[in-house]
Amino acid sequence: MKRSKLERSRNRWGIVFILPQLVSLICLGIVPIMIAFVLSFFEWNGFGSPSYVGLANFKDVFLDPDTVIAVKNTFIYAVIYVPCSIVLALFLALLLNKAWGKFFYRAVFFMPQIVTSVAIAVVWSWIYQPQFGILNMILNFFGFEGKEWLRNPATAMGAVIVMSIWWGLGYNVVLFLAGLQNVARDYVDAARIDGANEKDVFLHITIPLISPTTLLVTITTMINAFQVFDQMFLLTSGGPAKKTYTLAIHIYQTAFGQYELGKASAIALILFVIVVVISTVQFRLSEKWVHYGE
Amino acid sequence: MQKTEEGKRMLAGTKAKKRIYHAAVQIILIIMAVLAIFPFLWMISTSLKGAQEAFAYPPSLIPKTFRWENYKKALTDLPFDKAYFNSLKLAVINVTGQVTTSAMAGYALGKLKFRGSNVVFGGFIAVMMVPYTVISIPLFLIFSELNLIDTYLAIILMTFAYMPMGVFLCRQFIMALPDELIEAAVIDGANYGSIFFRIIIPLIKPALASLGIFSFMWNWNSFYTPLIFLNSQDKFTVPLLLNMFKGKYTVDWSLIMAASTISIIPVLIVYLFAQKHIIEGITITGLKG
Repeated sequence: MKRSKLERSRNRWGIVFILPQLVSLICLGIVPIMIAFVLSFFEWNGFGSPSYVGLANFKDVFLDPDTVIAVKNTFIYAVIYVPCSIVLALFLALLLNKAWGKFFYRAVFFMPQIVTSVAIAVVWSWIYQPQFGILNMILNFFGFEGKEWLRNPATAMGAVIVMSIWWGLGYNVVLFLAGLQNVARDYVDAARIDGANEKDVFLHITIPLISPTTLLVTITTMINAFQVFDQMFLLTSGGPAKKTYTLAIHIYQTAFGQYELGKASAIALILFVIVVVISTVQFRLSEKWVHYGE
Repeated sequence: MQKTEEGKRMLAGTKAKKRIYHAAVQIILIIMAVLAIFPFLWMISTSLKGAQEAFAYPPSLIPKTFRWENYKKALTDLPFDKAYFNSLKLAVINVTGQVTTSAMAGYALGKLKFRGSNVVFGGFIAVMMVPYTVISIPLFLIFSELNLIDTYLAIILMTFAYMPMGVFLCRQFIMALPDELIEAAVIDGANYGSIFFRIIIPLIKPALASLGIFSFMWNWNSFYTPLIFLNSQDKFTVPLLLNMFKGKYTVDWSLIMAASTISIIPVLIVYLFAQKHIIEGITITGLKG
C-alpha cells in the first residue's frame, strides 16, 4: 500500500522534472523530424501553400549533378579525414601516455577545439594566402613553388582537410589518452613477465583493450565528417570548381539559398540515411574487433 | 661474476635506450605542440603588425613595433562591442536554461525512473543521431510561420532543440549517486522535489560546472544557427560579425587578425581556468555538442 503511494509520487515528480526537456524533445526534435520527412514529399518555397509532389523531390535530387558531386566530395573528405585524424590522435596519445608533462601537452593539443570555426578559418586562410601567407613563404625559403591552396581545384580539399585535422585532433587525443590510462598495468606486467616485447604488448594487449574507445572515436569522427559544413562554407564556400562542395553545403544552398525547402529536406534525409547506414555497419563490424571487459 | 657484469651492462644499455626513447618522444611532442599553437601565435603576431609589415619577407613572429591601434580600429569599425553583448546575453540565457533543465531531466531519468523513462531516454538518443541540418529546415519553416526569424528566441529554441548531451551528462552523474541517500531522505519524510534541491544538486555541482563551461563554449562559438536565423547586423553574434568583418577587409590582414583575436579571448580565458573541467567532461561522456 505504502509502496504504491511512493511509486505514484515518484512518477508524478518524474514527469515534473522531465517536463521542460520532454517538451523541447517533442516540439523541437521529434515533430520537426517528422515534418522534415513529410516535407520531402512536398514542393514548398516557404511562402504560399505546399503542394504534394510524391517522390519528385527525390528524383530531382538524384538527377541533380550537384548531388552527385556533393556525395562524392563528402566521401572523399570522410575517407581521408577520418583515418588520418584517428591514426594521428592514437599515435599522439600513445606518446603522451607515458611521457613527461602529458597533461600540459594534452591541454595544448586540445586548444584548437575550443575556438569558433570562423576564427579558425580566418587564421588558416591567412596561412594559406598565396602571396604573403606563411606557408608559401616557408615553401619558397626551401626552394619550393608556393600554391594558391584554396583557389586551386587540385589542392583545395587537401587544404581544408589539413585544417580540419588540426582543429579536431585534440578531441580524439583526449579520448584515446583516457582509454589508454584505463589499460590496467597488471596485464602489461604479466605479459612482460611471460617474455612479451614492446610490439607484442601493443598489438595484443593495448590495441584490444582500448578497442571500445577506438569504436567511439571512429563513430563520432565519422558522423561529424559526413556533416562537415563550417570548414567548407568559411574557407572555400564549396569551391573552387565545386571541389569542396559537400552534402551539408548542398543542403544549405538548396534550403537557404534557393528556398527549395522540400528538396532540401530530401537531401537532408539522404544524408541521415548515409550516417545511419555507416554507423550501423561500424557497430556490426565492431563485434569482430571490439573487446568489452573480461 | 661475469654474469653480473653482463647483467649490469645490459641494464645500462636498456637505461640508455629508455633515455633516448623519452628524449625522442619529447622532441616529437614539442614539434606537435608548436604546430598546434603556431596558428594562434601567428594570428596574434599579425594582429600587432602594420599593414606593410604583415606582408614582409622574411616574416617574423615578433612585430617591430606593437601596433595596438589595430585593436582599437577593429573594435570601432564594426560594432564588436554590440556583438560581444549579444553573444554574452545569448550565452547566459542558454547556459542557464540548459544546465537547469538538464539537471532536472537527469534526475528524472537517472533516479526517479518514472514510468516511461526508458522510452524518453531512447527518444533523446534517437534525436541525437539525426543530423542537425535535418531538424534545422522544418524549424526554419515553423519559425517563419511564427515570425521568429531574426529574433533571439529562435536561437534559444534551436539550442534547446539539439542539446541532449547535457541530459546524458547529468543522468550519468545522478545515476552514480547511491540510492540509500534518497531512500533515507524519503523515510525522513522529504518529498522527491525537495530531495532534488537539498541532496542531488549539492552533490552534482562539479558536473554542473563542467556542463556550464561546455555550454558556454558551444554557445559562444556557435555559427550555423545564427547564420540561418539572424539577418540584421545589430543582432549579430561575435562569430557572425567576424565572418562579415573578413568579407569587408579582404586585404587588411592585421585588422582581420585583431578582430579574430578579440573574438576568441573569452573562450581562451575560460579554457585557461577551466581546462581540467572541460577535458574531464569529455572523458566522462565521450560526447560532443
